[in-house]
Amino acid sequence: MKTTASFLLLWISTLLTGASLSAQSANELRFSIHSFPKTFDPVLVDDDASETIRYLTGGVLIRINRESQRLEPELATGWKLSRDGRTITFTLRDGLRFSDGTGFGVADVAYTMNHLMDADLHSPTGDAFRVGEGKIAVKVLTANQVAITFPAAVVGLERLFDQVAIMSQSSPRKEMAVLGPYMVDEAKPGAVIVLKRNPNYWKVDSAGHHLPYISAIRLDVQPNRDLELIRFLRGEIHFINSLDAEYFEKVKAENPAAARNAGTSLDSEQMWFNQVPTAPLPAYKKIWFGSKSFRRAVSEAINRNDLARVVFRGHAQPAIGPFSPANQFWFNTALRPHPYDPTSARARLAAEGFYWRDGALYDSSGNRVEFSVVTNAGNRYREQMATLIQQDLSDVGIKLNVVTLDFPSLIERITRSFNYEACLLGLVNVDLDPNSEMNVWLSSAENHQWNPRQTSPATDWEADIDRLMRAQASSLDDRRRKQLFDQVQAIVWDQEPFLYLVNKDALAAIRPELHNVQPVVFRPQVYWNIEWLTLNAVVATRQ
Amino acid sequence: MKYARTVAALLLSTLVLACVFRDQLTPVGYDHQDRNIPNAFRSRQHLLGTDALGRDRLARVLEGTRVSLVLAPSAAAISTVLAILIAGTAALAGGWVERLTASGIDLFLSLPWLFLLVTVRALLPLNVSPMTSAVITFSVLGCLGWAGAARLLSAQLSWLRSRDFILLARASGCGGFRLLRRHLLPNLMPLVYAQFWISIPTFILAEANLGILGLGVSEPLPSWGSLLRELDSFSVFGWNLWQLVPLALLIAVVSCFHLLISKGEIAA
Repeated sequence: MKTTASFLLLWISTLLTGASLSAQSANELRFSIHSFPKTFDPVLVDDDASETIRYLTGGVLIRINRESQRLEPELATGWKLSRDGRTITFTLRDGLRFSDGTGFGVADVAYTMNHLMDADLHSPTGDAFRVGEGKIAVKVLTANQVAITFPAAVVGLERLFDQVAIMSQSSPRKEMAVLGPYMVDEAKPGAVIVLKRNPNYWKVDSAGHHLPYISAIRLDVQPNRDLELIRFLRGEIHFINSLDAEYFEKVKAENPAAARNAGTSLDSEQMWFNQVPTAPLPAYKKIWFGSKSFRRAVSEAINRNDLARVVFRGHAQPAIGPFSPANQFWFNTALRPHPYDPTSARARLAAEGFYWRDGALYDSSGNRVEFSVVTNAGNRYREQMATLIQQDLSDVGIKLNVVTLDFPSLIERITRSFNYEACLLGLVNVDLDPNSEMNVWLSSAENHQWNPRQTSPATDWEADIDRLMRAQASSLDDRRRKQLFDQVQAIVWDQEPFLYLVNKDALAAIRPELHNVQPVVFRPQVYWNIEWLTLNAVVATRQ
Repeated sequence: MKYARTVAALLLSTLVLACVFRDQLTPVGYDHQDRNIPNAFRSRQHLLGTDALGRDRLARVLEGTRVSLVLAPSAAAISTVLAILIAGTAALAGGWVERLTASGIDLFLSLPWLFLLVTVRALLPLNVSPMTSAVITFSVLGCLGWAGAARLLSAQLSWLRSRDFILLARASGCGGFRLLRRHLLPNLMPLVYAQFWISIPTFILAEANLGILGLGVSEPLPSWGSLLRELDSFSVFGWNLWQLVPLALLIAVVSCFHLLISKGEIAA
């Protein structure tokens, strides 16, 4: 009976696999997403899977070229920003149609902007546009020109439109009518989404062939990264975005050409000390954590090269500051990573009155220097980094206790109770502009992690950062803004409220049959030029 | 069966001896990082290779075994004593106290223990040494793991209470804790021993579960749970099969305990 059942199961699975394989077209791109999208409405996107769908299906007025990091016209042939930075005027491309055939025009831009800024929707994308009191005004100037006026100047306004997928005002299909290269053809919740080529997509290649080259995309929902890797190695999916270092090594060992390193990413891993005055910590520890010399000494005692080499298997670089060198325009090139220098660390500590007894470090009041660092449980890389740092600090006499907590408990401690001493976490940078980090650097901000929600800056250098960040946010001159943000980076480098540890490399695995791929560090790393990707080697030669 | 039990006892004894003489068996400490040889294959210096941070895997396996084999029985002792106290008090009091205790035990058993453990652990102090964190972890396991044993002991005590010799003892004026100590406990002990031995592998596995989630014993102290976390990327561990040693040991030790317990249960 058992044998019969086994044969039956095998037969059914063979049938299903066969059916699945036969259903997969030769011109179908396949990759995995790690969860089912929460929404198909482009203004409500706040998760990675929904962002993937928005990027592949949404048509935007302006697109940031992920490779050059410059702005390029898409649905708008041009745009003009007013001198006061409050009004942007778009000139739209003529003759475009949504995927369902309805025409595209200024009314759709007006509808999208009003929908985006609808206070009842709480659009995460719309939040970036909310400045000052009052509402936005959308004015139709001509049949293909529209002006959008904001209550106050929005710095980096053009870049924000990269996230705004234009929706149709008149289509009965609402958000399912799109202007991007693909449209949703099938969506099975929790299992798969199939996108097919938008027949009305406007781009053509140099030979006049309509883009995109690939006729369909199959996105399998696969939360397990191991299974994703196995499917890639079997050739069932064409690429993996944001690969972990050990998986990258595995791909490299099996198929060196498939392992692609786009270079240092924008994401950083960092550690900080709790400097909240009301935190339930002993007073002497608050003195340590508030001391620049102590922070700098700890920083110099950490071997960042070892973190990159051992934990990330060489696929990371010692971090310098808020932005990695991958952010070509905003990164302060005058800064260098803090060196690993235990001798200098000891000298700094000695100058502050710390002393050693039997190899252990004590402060001037005789307190043994011991503190804990919390990080989220389940993140192997962070746990390993903490363990290496534990060893590094023990070499200068500091006892570090590594504590892993479930994420909700960790968030509770670092944002509400402030019952922690040091924390090790990462920051995912999705925007190149420093304005996106106002909620980190302003002393009054929620995410000013080492001492959030200050009523007035606790230190002179935080007051300086506040002033510089506000100044750069109110300037419309990018070069001036860059000068101001360079100063912020220099202060952060000197004071080290965050001990930046490493910037991971942007790693990807890409099957050789996928052509025209140019992986970059900026999301969505592999498929940022989706229209030009092809599974056909002949097509790949024409552009 | 007897042969299997002998092998189980021998294996456990060998492991205990290896843990006791760990310093003589391994050239370096369990926390020594040789950052030039992470994920190394087995060699003369490192008989089971090294882990991702270049630490000797054999030293860590033996230290992890020592931690589990010392602390799991301690946790089992805590939970068994708690179970005796709760079940004994309920049995002596009888009536509504017994019914309330039974309901409390049922309620405790219905709680998702893993979430309970995670919650309790999150409330503990952060600044403790790795060994203290290990002791705390197993103590929490012991304090939360009494309910199953208490239910069995309650049932057994209820049955014993209705036996003739207990009625006779009561009729002779024996009551309260004297009745529990002189008449009930001696008859309960085989079940208590069985519960104690059964709890040991349960707590070993519970700590391993927490460790796999990264919520077990703190670094750099190893435990079987943290050692098993090396296997969480199963698609890449094929490179070094020595990573499977902790898993093999865990299965072997749990199986050995069950073999030895089965003897105890038969005897009981």
